[in-house]
Amino acid sequence: MTKKIQSGSAYFITRDTETPRTHVLSIIVNNEPGVLARVIGLFSGRGYNIESLTVSETSHEKHLSRITIVSSGTMQVLDQIKKLLERSIPVHKVVDLTLLAEERGHDKPIERELALVKVAGLGNDRLEAMRLGDSFRASVIDASVEHVTFEITGKLTKIEQFIQIMKPLGLVEVCRTGVASMSRGKEGM
Amino acid sequence: MSKAVEMTGAEMVLQALRDNGVDTLFGYPGGAVLPIYDEIFQQDDVNHILVRHEQGAGHAAEGYARSTGKTGVMLVTSGPGATNAVTPLQDALMDSIPLVCLTGQVPSALIGSDAFQEADTVGITRPCTKHNWLVSDVNDLSRILHEAFYVANTGRPGPVLVDIPKDIQFSTGTYYPPEHFELKTYKPTLSGDADAIAAAIDLMAKAERPIFYTGGGVVNSGPDASRLLRELVELTGFPITSTLMGLGCYPASGDKWLGMLGMHGTYEANLAMHDCDVMINIGARFDDRITGRLDAFSPNSEKIHIDIDPSSINKTVQVDIPIVGDVTHVLEEMVRIWRSRKEKNDPKALKEWHARIDEWRARDCLSYTPSKDVIMPQYALERLQELTKDKDRYITTEVGQHQMWAAQYLKFEDPNRWMTSGGLGTMGYGLPAAFGVQIAHPKSLVIDVAGDASIQMCIQEMSAALQYNAPIKIFILNNQYMGMVRQWQQLLHGNRLSNTYTEAMPDFVKLAEAYGGTGIRCHKPEELDAAILKMIETDGPVIFDCRVANLANCFPMIPSGKAHNEMLLPDEATDEAIGSAIDDAGKKLV
Repeated sequence: MTKKIQSGSAYFITRDTETPRTHVLSIIVNNEPGVLARVIGLFSGRGYNIESLTVSETSHEKHLSRITIVSSGTMQVLDQIKKLLERSIPVHKVVDLTLLAEERGHDKPIERELALVKVAGLGNDRLEAMRLGDSFRASVIDASVEHVTFEITGKLTKIEQFIQIMKPLGLVEVCRTGVASMSRGKEGM
Repeated sequence: MSKAVEMTGAEMVLQALRDNGVDTLFGYPGGAVLPIYDEIFQQDDVNHILVRHEQGAGHAAEGYARSTGKTGVMLVTSGPGATNAVTPLQDALMDSIPLVCLTGQVPSALIGSDAFQEADTVGITRPCTKHNWLVSDVNDLSRILHEAFYVANTGRPGPVLVDIPKDIQFSTGTYYPPEHFELKTYKPTLSGDADAIAAAIDLMAKAERPIFYTGGGVVNSGPDASRLLRELVELTGFPITSTLMGLGCYPASGDKWLGMLGMHGTYEANLAMHDCDVMINIGARFDDRITGRLDAFSPNSEKIHIDIDPSSINKTVQVDIPIVGDVTHVLEEMVRIWRSRKEKNDPKALKEWHARIDEWRARDCLSYTPSKDVIMPQYALERLQELTKDKDRYITTEVGQHQMWAAQYLKFEDPNRWMTSGGLGTMGYGLPAAFGVQIAHPKSLVIDVAGDASIQMCIQEMSAALQYNAPIKIFILNNQYMGMVRQWQQLLHGNRLSNTYTEAMPDFVKLAEAYGGTGIRCHKPEELDAAILKMIETDGPVIFDCRVANLANCFPMIPSGKAHNEMLLPDEATDEAIGSAIDDAGKKLV
């Protein structure tokens, strides 16, 4: 028997006491006009969170795109999100990668993000930034005597940490791709 | 069946309608759909019904669909035509009505230029359709149209929209017939999981206080679903209640019938839901009008939920045995397994359960204080029921007190006979819906039970009713208030009746006559029967202005934020009880 948690609707008097979880959803959709709006609209229309969003075509011949969304909510909400996405006509498949990892006995799915980080500074600050960039395995993709722009790839925590460290060294701007994610092991989604 | 042939986009629209079995559509012309209207003019297979407002086209198509089981079709122009269609689209989405909406769009080259009568129709209607399409190539048009019909009327039915730019309507391309289109991504589950069905039957057979809670999904599943439901109720002997949308699937004259449940449902239905030990939800969705306060909703029952839409399962109420599938398929299995099963419920327990229900029933929750001087709205509907019950009758309603009274006092023996806006609660639904029903059933008695406020929202369709000689009967319970809103102001806002009294009411009799119909007015209880009979016997559309007690309220009622066992009954609803029925937390709810 499932545990009875009742929530949602206008009669949402008792707040869900369950702590929200953060999950990564992988969604395969037809690459057609409006498909992203359809997926995003479902989240905004029903008040669900999007913490990160990445989308790109993954199969040109089959016109398929892969959308990766990091969302948070109670298990009931996450389950509802998955079912609503599956109900959408252009959606082929929805996989909760976090849940899948748990089922397969893995800790978490593989999660990577790429960031471009621009730091402006002179002298020691600039040298320090480059030294740190080295130790984070960030590559320098643009530079002048007054600035350096890094490309850094890795887990979210690593990128967050790198950005924090760059702040006192003259951080100008950051661009992040959002999380790309895949399950561990040889099986596909 | 047609072959792949060359034709214009506008011709394709008509061919696709024919190939999908459409003989009637409701619409309103405009600049961006002129090529389609030109094709309509040059053929006789598809009958176009001209409405007076695009919202009317949508509700008429909904009424047509709900009363026939077919897909409703509407055709409107770009811009304002499309935006006026939004309300019926959302209405059809909430109530799962199959509806195909065809909209014209400005020519492809002008899209995005703020052209005359341009609107981002697919953008606006994305959240209020099951799916929508903007056609960008005439060669895709036939496929999209066939897909649109397929999506609208399979799975959980709903509205779809196809936006067709004017240049596509003019250009020539290849039309493909609707050979079975398999949408790769859309495959509704029809037959329920066998293990889940077996588990459900086990649970049902051990129940001591079971109840069937049925909804609009039974109507949508087709007439077989209602037949099987009646069979299952007969076999099991369980009591049955239904949501507003499901009225008629089990006959109101049936001995297991408890009446409607929910906010304005009967005492016996709501208490049985609260106290049951096994709840069998068939094609209903635990709507907030049904459940009341969720954490006190049927606290001690194990719940079975049959629904074709997986996202309805565990949405608001956690269930123990979910069965995703079509009601007809699942009920067929249930009836079969139940018949072959040896061990059944303890007859003593069932008998006790029915005895308890009879005690609740004896409370007579729909009683009201009769009056010799004024027509009580409840009395008006009792007489309407009595004088029309043997007719081939269809009822539609607007939204408000009259709608709830109609659900309480009119008795439905069959599905598809009751058309009302349940989920969205659209005032203005009833008249155009009645028109759509009458177009589908020209010989039947079609009555729109209306309120004096709601009826004025789509009154213009009287003109359409006259044009097509659709003899709809509009029965207005006229209390000169927006009654339900007023009732809530009494409950929630210290009886401060902000903007709910209609200061300038039209003369409904003259209004009927202005449109070319017949107007009847009745003030007195003793004249009511004769007036109703006159309405029924009158040829052509009638507006019946039934002047009822102005301040009557709709009971029983589960006040906001309360549980099923905290109902407010009519004889307990003193002014004081009404004023204090809802606490502060409840006042924030809808």
